[in-house]
Amino acid sequence: MGNAVDIVAERETHMTVRVWRGQGDQGRYESFEVPERENQTVLDVVTWIQQNADPSLSYRYACRVGMCGSCAMTVNGKPRWTCRTHVQKVLDGGILEIAPLRNMPVIKDLAADMSGFFDKWVAAEGVFHPTATRTDEIPKIDPREERRVEIDNAIECINCGICYAACDVVAANPDYLGPAALNRAWTLVNDQKDGARDARLAAVSGGGGCHNCHSQQGCVQHCPNDLNPTASIAGLKRETAKSFFKWRR
Amino acid sequence: MSLARTHRSHPLWYAYALHRVSGLLLALFLPLHFWVLSFALTDPARLDGFLHWADLPAVKLAEFGLVFLLAVHMFGGLRLIALEFLPWSGRQKAYAAAAAALAFLVAGLFLLRAV
Repeated sequence: MGNAVDIVAERETHMTVRVWRGQGDQGRYESFEVPERENQTVLDVVTWIQQNADPSLSYRYACRVGMCGSCAMTVNGKPRWTCRTHVQKVLDGGILEIAPLRNMPVIKDLAADMSGFFDKWVAAEGVFHPTATRTDEIPKIDPREERRVEIDNAIECINCGICYAACDVVAANPDYLGPAALNRAWTLVNDQKDGARDARLAAVSGGGGCHNCHSQQGCVQHCPNDLNPTASIAGLKRETAKSFFKWRR
Repeated sequence: MSLARTHRSHPLWYAYALHRVSGLLLALFLPLHFWVLSFALTDPARLDGFLHWADLPAVKLAEFGLVFLLAVHMFGGLRLIALEFLPWSGRQKAYAAAAAALAFLVAGLFLLRAV
């Protein structure tokens, strides 16, 4: 009869975790046997590998509670926030396959370069342009007002890049601004305190703008915060169309 | 990696694919369609021969497919126009399913009338 440690060791089951290793375009999957736990997130698995199997594994995370948006990876083919993804829900035949996010260059292993993703937020005029100074009175906006409700529906983005990785249009057209940047632009188009509406509508209706969207709604499907970038993009399509016809008149 | 294990495995991506494929196949079919119709002006006997051939059961079945493509592309297109120009509805999957179901209904009615 073994002691308690032996019994735990005997009972411990393992899963096969295939992890993408490499830099830039070069790389391959490397397999690790990782102990299964009853409660375990994909980020826990990646951390276990780095701490117990291979300290050279590179990946990115910060908050571990689904707020910072830095730990997104491709898990068994789908983009997910790894800190809030339970292994039990995504394990496929005892195998977990973890890769960096799609549609972004790989820095190393599981860390994708998100700079292009954020550059597009700026290109989509995702920056607030104030119309008042600190001495002016703060305008009163009714929280039930239609435009304010549109903002509420779209504002909880954590910049994780999952929608960007799930988007086939981003994959096909490197200039496409992507769901997150356009969703951000939509919140500002509806912001009554913002003063750059025309510039923003011009920015989101150019070559890589909102009219590229094919409404596949992969962004809606995979957004971990249940946002709806397709609805925001549809809103931008309507506003840019209206502004086009006004200009024609 | 199989399709079921990618970011594409959800109903609205399949609806997108169906809309694209049906559009592509219709684009290939339409030139043939107009070419055959032109026989009415240039060679009526040849048109009659073709219409006779088109009465074969296998061709009727193929026409069922054509009607389905046409209907699914039309209803799918209406769905997309509604998505872009009407206030957002949370029933996108239901609309995509309805477009496919209506197209199947239209194509099925065509087949019942044809046989």
